[in-house]
Amino acid sequence: MISNLDYVTLQQLWWVICALLGALFLFLNFVQGGQTLLWQVAKTDAESAMIVNSLGRKWEITFTTLVTFGGALFASFPKFYATSFGGAYWVWVLILFTFIIQAVSYEYRTKPGNVWGRKTYELFMFINGSVGVLLIGAAVGTFYTGSSFSLNEMNQVTWEYTLGGVNLRGLEAAFSLFNLSLGLFLVFNARVLGALYLLNNLELSPMAALEERLRKAVWTNFLCALPFLLFVVVSILLRKGFGVDEDGVVSMVSFKYFFNLLALPHLLLMLLGGIGLVIWGVRAGAFKNSSKGIWFAGFGTVLVGLTVLCLPAFNGTAFYPSTYDLQSSLTIYNASSSLYTLVTMTYVALAIPGVVAYVAYLWKLMDSRKLTTDEATDEEAY
Amino acid sequence: MIDVDPSLVNWSRAMFAFTAMYHWIFVPLTLGLSFLCAFFETIYLKTGDEQWKTITKFWMTLFGINFAIGVATGIILEFEFGTNWSNYSWMVGDIFGAPLAIEGIFAFFMEATFFAVMFFGWDRVSKGFHCFSTWMVAVGSNLSAVWILVANGWMQNPVGMAFNPEQARFEMQNFAEVVFNPVAISKMTHTSSSGFVMASAFVLSVSCWYLFKKQHVEMAKKSIVVASVFGLVASCFVGFTGDEAAYEVAQKQPMKLAAMEGLYTGERGAGIVAMGIINDAKDPGDLQDAFLLEVKIPQVLSLLANREFGSFVPGIDDLVWGNEEENIMGVNTMMEKGKYALTDLAAFKKAKKVGDEEAAEAALTRFNVNQKYMGYGYLDTPEEAVPPVNIVFNSFHIMAVLGSLFPVIFGAFLFFTLKGQVTEKRWLLPIGLSTAFLGLLAQQAGWVTAEVGRQPWAIQGLMPVKIATTNLSTMSVQITFAMFAVVFTMLLIAEIFIMLRQISTGPEGH
Ligand code: HDD
Ligand code: HEM
Ligand code: HEM
Repeated sequence: MISNLDYVTLQQLWWVICALLGALFLFLNFVQGGQTLLWQVAKTDAESAMIVNSLGRKWEITFTTLVTFGGALFASFPKFYATSFGGAYWVWVLILFTFIIQAVSYEYRTKPGNVWGRKTYELFMFINGSVGVLLIGAAVGTFYTGSSFSLNEMNQVTWEYTLGGVNLRGLEAAFSLFNLSLGLFLVFNARVLGALYLLNNLELSPMAALEERLRKAVWTNFLCALPFLLFVVVSILLRKGFGVDEDGVVSMVSFKYFFNLLALPHLLLMLLGGIGLVIWGVRAGAFKNSSKGIWFAGFGTVLVGLTVLCLPAFNGTAFYPSTYDLQSSLTIYNASSSLYTLVTMTYVALAIPGVVAYVAYLWKLMDSRKLTTDEATDEEAY
Repeated sequence: MIDVDPSLVNWSRAMFAFTAMYHWIFVPLTLGLSFLCAFFETIYLKTGDEQWKTITKFWMTLFGINFAIGVATGIILEFEFGTNWSNYSWMVGDIFGAPLAIEGIFAFFMEATFFAVMFFGWDRVSKGFHCFSTWMVAVGSNLSAVWILVANGWMQNPVGMAFNPEQARFEMQNFAEVVFNPVAISKMTHTSSSGFVMASAFVLSVSCWYLFKKQHVEMAKKSIVVASVFGLVASCFVGFTGDEAAYEVAQKQPMKLAAMEGLYTGERGAGIVAMGIINDAKDPGDLQDAFLLEVKIPQVLSLLANREFGSFVPGIDDLVWGNEEENIMGVNTMMEKGKYALTDLAAFKKAKKVGDEEAAEAALTRFNVNQKYMGYGYLDTPEEAVPPVNIVFNSFHIMAVLGSLFPVIFGAFLFFTLKGQVTEKRWLLPIGLSTAFLGLLAQQAGWVTAEVGRQPWAIQGLMPVKIATTNLSTMSVQITFAMFAVVFTMLLIAEIFIMLRQISTGPEGH
């Protein structure tokens, strides 16, 4: 059956799979959000132990999703992988850097003999949750704002942007208001999700003060996220986009993304539904004394993430546009792997639901009981 | 074509080598210690003896400390292909990306999810399920070795693909060939089993430390039994698979084999150098001796390389300048053909661009004749095809000598423990204590052999390293390198101190 799918369908399918991984990653960023909340909501050692241990049981899944997202892009859109990672070098290197320092922090934070002290590892976690997420937002933002690169006849990338003679290799992405707003939205949204997750995961009955601070954090961070989200959505609707015509010629088209939303109404529904669910989750967490908010807001984030990643890729749009040389822009059709590889990878992808199923099963199994202070402070804990 | 700055290439290489070697400090221990934890826990499950639970938890703690930094050093490697080897990633991503993606989907998720159960599930899931989770972590980590070595094996012996001149890239033609690549299989078996040796050596070392200090003696003795059985079996298997790896090298990468053996002039019935001091001043083609001192066993190299006494093993000079008698085409000839291929490819691209189908067709036909040698066209001199012989020779011999030592060490420990004499034989303890360091040395030496021996190729015969790099400023790479050097070293220092503290606290703290 899979081998009968045509090339275009597979290319679209694989963009959706990659986008789904990316959107799931944005949801799982509740770990990063929680990391940045630590110094604000935890006032005692017991409280921070609870938070770190709760996040510490999940950080690997977020991390692995990021790694798999990268791997899936490499396998299905190698030209994008090469152009973006090699071109916008510094953005990606810095993002990775924040994940390197995160990976040891949980394990080493309170272990005796950790040399650099607990505060250092907490700082690492904070950097990962703030700078890391912000730059990811900036990198995704370039799907809309474009980057300045060119590809030669062997498809090798040259990065053209310089500032005062220095080639910033992608760091310039963080100077765009749009990209920054997207990044800040993600940072605050991750914090909303982090607080909601902790409300769900921790046994808070003996810790009323912490619970109250978490519920407050849900609301304040949502308020902080809102203007950035509005700015991003409005400018997506108004800005010019990178349209591709039948012959593959790229040109600037007014209101391109707005028209994409009209042409792809399910994306519009997903965007509205996603925002609605996030609001619902925030309401549940901030005002309704509920611990279920994470599921609504999490699912909502996945929907918003999917829309943001799919909108610039479909309906004749270049998802990784070059502002320097429009014709170097990447589309899901010119950047993908060969038909053979996509078919092979699609067979492999049949296993993904199975993987998701056992991850969900184990998650449920492990979280069937809320995390207690005793558990968070025993000697095996982080 | 992009002109590359040699300093950029060298810095990019140095950075990849540095990060890969750091990753490889931790990975072998993960590969083996995960299984050892699973063994310990299974014994606990079967016997119900709480002491085995203590043992399991103790080694698991050390496993966790190591695992975290293994993960931290891994993520950068995955993305470094994109950031620093973007031309490579584009040219072969169609083939090379797949195993990396599959590794994420299958192996890393398995590791990550069951890891949480293994560490935090003691009171949350049943004993049986907990033990199952520990096994799944072991399976998951070794599964990740499978896929990454499929990727690496493909770089050593590219199969199952074809060049697409239109796209200017290589495309996958046969996934099964990529996965069942004989080089990948020999790498996989050799590498996993060498990880088992590494972990057994580690357990042995720590246990010997306790025996030396006369602390936790019971636990140490129990651990030694399990580790020396596992280590003995694994180290025999390492020898066996190492021989297989060398055979594959001889067949697929004769230049690497010649460098491993310091063999400049090929011969029939070639002998193997058991030990030797290599002459650093020697260059290919000159008349100097290759060795200052050597101990040779006659005939054996021919046997190992071709599974046949008296067969011909080509030397570096034969491979560089050809040997008509033995029907070996030299790099010099291949370079000529390669240059034609590149010229024809450029002509094809140009004709395509202006829409001259006829000229394109003609150029393509000419290109196809020499296509196989395209990679050689990028070389500047035939000698460029020779890897640094001294590094490859020395690292290979360090590994092989240590490889023959390990079965003896594990055998001795098993023997004396079973006879109940291991605490009396004090002279054994320093030997046991040093095995972990020897294991680490052999591990690093193994990869240096494999990777430095492959130079100048990123993909054997198809793509030299110098055209694989991203076109960056050397300064960017230098800064990144410095950042990694500082952070990885900081993390390593922390890891070592935490490990030492846990070891000196011992299992009682658990
Ligand atoms: C404890 C570690 C260890 C030990 C004792 C040995 N090896 Fe090894 N060897 C490795 C760990 C290793 C490794 C790190 O796992 C390598 C690097 C690349 C690979 O596939 O495995 C490797 C590579 C490697 C290669 C290069 C393969 C290639 O380039 O594709 C050869 C020919 C051998 N080994 C042969 C041997 C022999 C004949 C040994 C003697 C008994 C031996 N190894 C012991
Ligand atoms: C983890 C153990 C590994 C170690 C210790 C290691 C070591 C090295 C070293 C020393 C080099 C530099 C060689 C030189 O320039 O002289 C290198 C290069 C490289 N290796 Fe490995 N390697 C490892 C695993 C891998 C794997 C599994 C892959 C592929 C999946 C790989 C791919 C590469 C690439 C792309 C380069 C850069 C190009 C080149 O210099 O050949 N390495 N590695
Ligand atoms: C250049 C090649 C390599 C790349 C790109 C790479 C990539 C990675 C990544 C991204 C991780 C973190 C995974 C996570 O999310 O948990 C990781 C960890 C790991 N990798 Fe590598 N890796 C390479 C070489 C190797 C080799 C050669 C092996 C084994 C033979 C290996 C085995 C492992 C294992 C067992 C882990 C688990 C954590 C640990 O090291 O303790 N890797 N690797």
